[in-house]
Amino acid sequence: MGVDNRISIAHGAGGLYMHKLIREHILPRFKQRRVIEIPLPLLADSAVVDGIAFTTDSYTVKPLFFPGGDIGRLSVSGTVNDLSVVGSEPIAISCALVIEEGFEIEKLDRILSSMEETAEEAGVEIVTGDTKVVERGKLDEMIINTAGIGGRSPYLDKNLERVASDGRSLRSRWLDPRNVRPGDRLIVSGPIGDHAMTIIAARGELGFEAPGLKSDTAPLNHLMKRALEVGGVVAAKDPTRGGLAALLNEWSEATGLGILVKEALIPVRDEVRIGCEILGIDPLELACEGRVVLAVSERFAEEVLEALRSHPLGREAEIIGWFSDELEGVVVETEIGGLRYLPMPLGDPVPRIC
Amino acid sequence: MGSLDRVRVILSRYRDPALARRLVEKIWEVARDLPRVRIMHVCGTHEWTITHWGIRALLPDNVEVRAGPGCPVCITPASDIDVAVGLALDGIHVLTYGDVSRAKGSRMISLEDCAAEGGRVGVVYSFMDAVKIASSNPDKEYVFLGAGFETTAPTVAYFVLKGLPRNLKVLSAHRYVPPAVGLLAESEDLEIDAFINPGHASTVSGMKAYKPYFDKCGKPMVFAGFEPIDVLMAIYMVLKQLRDRAPRMENEYVRSVTWEGNLKAQKALQEVFDFEDGYWRGVAIIPESAMNFKEMFSQVDARRTYGLEHGGGDCFPSEARCAEIIKGIIDPPDCPLYMKKCTPSTPVGPAMVGIEGTCRIWAQNRILVKDIRCMSGVCGLIVRRGP
Repeated sequence: MGVDNRISIAHGAGGLYMHKLIREHILPRFKQRRVIEIPLPLLADSAVVDGIAFTTDSYTVKPLFFPGGDIGRLSVSGTVNDLSVVGSEPIAISCALVIEEGFEIEKLDRILSSMEETAEEAGVEIVTGDTKVVERGKLDEMIINTAGIGGRSPYLDKNLERVASDGRSLRSRWLDPRNVRPGDRLIVSGPIGDHAMTIIAARGELGFEAPGLKSDTAPLNHLMKRALEVGGVVAAKDPTRGGLAALLNEWSEATGLGILVKEALIPVRDEVRIGCEILGIDPLELACEGRVVLAVSERFAEEVLEALRSHPLGREAEIIGWFSDELEGVVVETEIGGLRYLPMPLGDPVPRIC
Repeated sequence: MGSLDRVRVILSRYRDPALARRLVEKIWEVARDLPRVRIMHVCGTHEWTITHWGIRALLPDNVEVRAGPGCPVCITPASDIDVAVGLALDGIHVLTYGDVSRAKGSRMISLEDCAAEGGRVGVVYSFMDAVKIASSNPDKEYVFLGAGFETTAPTVAYFVLKGLPRNLKVLSAHRYVPPAVGLLAESEDLEIDAFINPGHASTVSGMKAYKPYFDKCGKPMVFAGFEPIDVLMAIYMVLKQLRDRAPRMENEYVRSVTWEGNLKAQKALQEVFDFEDGYWRGVAIIPESAMNFKEMFSQVDARRTYGLEHGGGDCFPSEARCAEIIKGIIDPPDCPLYMKKCTPSTPVGPAMVGIEGTCRIWAQNRILVKDIRCMSGVCGLIVRRGP
């Protein structure tokens, strides 16, 4: 049996290989037998069933503790964010622990406390869970899975009314890339790549340190609420594995539109930029865990930007580009004004980032 | 200044958008007085800079920058890869760089492929690693497949002069760039008007190494660095020379390239190697371009030790147009295999293998059509061109 018949690390890295695996092996096997508002094949961050947003995610980050967070904070934030970006308000989440035999209880306590603190910050309850232990050596410390449900945000209808005020017909009554039209602006809520670069540095494997840099891991439901209150948000997504590059390519495919982003407008911290330069990786492919990208109706883009900037987690938000029917795929205007395509990454440059 | 500060300076100074815009305007201004101009560079890293920063999209229609044979993996003869594969299958441990190990020989087998069949192949980051491995395993026999230009060859020469472990031989496929530029300058298929000369290779050889070829062809040669401002500046310098009909050898990369070059490295190369006629895969036999061991170093020379032939003869997969891409006659999307059978994860031709290969660079930047043109630096328009 060759290599092609086995799962590789790249199959879980959020890029081209993972998408191929999902499309060829997972989607064809799970049938959708009834009408679901946001069904599995859309590969949205959350599904929506009978008005309830529903999502799940597993966390394998290594190391478990890193500057700016830990696997506990990550596991609550990630699920809260997946619920928030479809336009729901998170209600409750679950906590399933798979732990390696011999794991220190003191560390477990710290992780669980961190989960509770993050849940409190987000205003959600952890209401159900499961605990499993596997033999020593069969798992690297621990994996956490969280699932979550969310109810329709009270601001979503007014938000979408504003979107539709330009005469467009809405194909979905949630935040959904299917509602995007040419001209819609792209906003990123803050500097990209902090999380991935922090993890790379924390592992120390590449002999690279980034003093002062910390992960952006955070629940974004309050920030999303602020944007929806203003109105005009068409779609949202958090740039996790595969970073901005994967997100923009997914949106370009989902909308059938081209995207132009201006590299000079994309916020990237110096530490991240320099780290990328040294390691030969592209900041656009680095994962974030506390950033969101919004597609916003052109007319309300500035207002939404201001609203984001008025929140501590969105202070460094920027408009970075727009959707266009005159382009195909994702095109980057480089810092010096040149143009290049931004391809779908093959996979995240760093495994086990989240 | 700390190393982080140095990077910070490079990021701000050599990627300055305002300076880039001014240079682009200057380029347009000078190009207005010129007919069609074809500039060739011969360095994979220049191609990366040009592609990654989207520089072609900023150039006027009559200015074309083409990638010549600047990727060591691409021009390493298929027969040398075949020979290394043969040695590995015979039980000799073959060590080489990661990208070289993925390039396929004439039977479409790479060192990496032969490792799956039980061939003994090891990947090293540098020749120094090969020396360390051989020293710590004195009972095993090692051959290092040395591919690369005058940028990597001096390390081999240095260790050969110091004395290699007895169980380590070198299969030298090293090539010297200046004669290749000389040959390209004379080529009638290519019709090159000017050259952007390589920054790293010239740091070793010095500008002086190109003097005989410049004297013969009389075409502008600008030695350039690898940041976007370096490349834009070099294009501007070339165009100005052409407009003024004053071709010369000019140095843009003053922070690294000098007239004399690295004399220590040159001395090591001269002491260890004879510069003989050598085949460049896809290109030609180029006089005085192959670095072959002098007779006095026979004991480290894998060719003499194992009675191996020198490389020659084009061997590319059928339908593939690697040779024309390596020479810079066509662009990767003109090849029927590009991004179909031949992709970065399934490279068929050598230019798709290493990060300096034109096909690999274009593929990583998802270039499927010839180019996207924008004049946004000048008039704010975006124009897309079909395949």
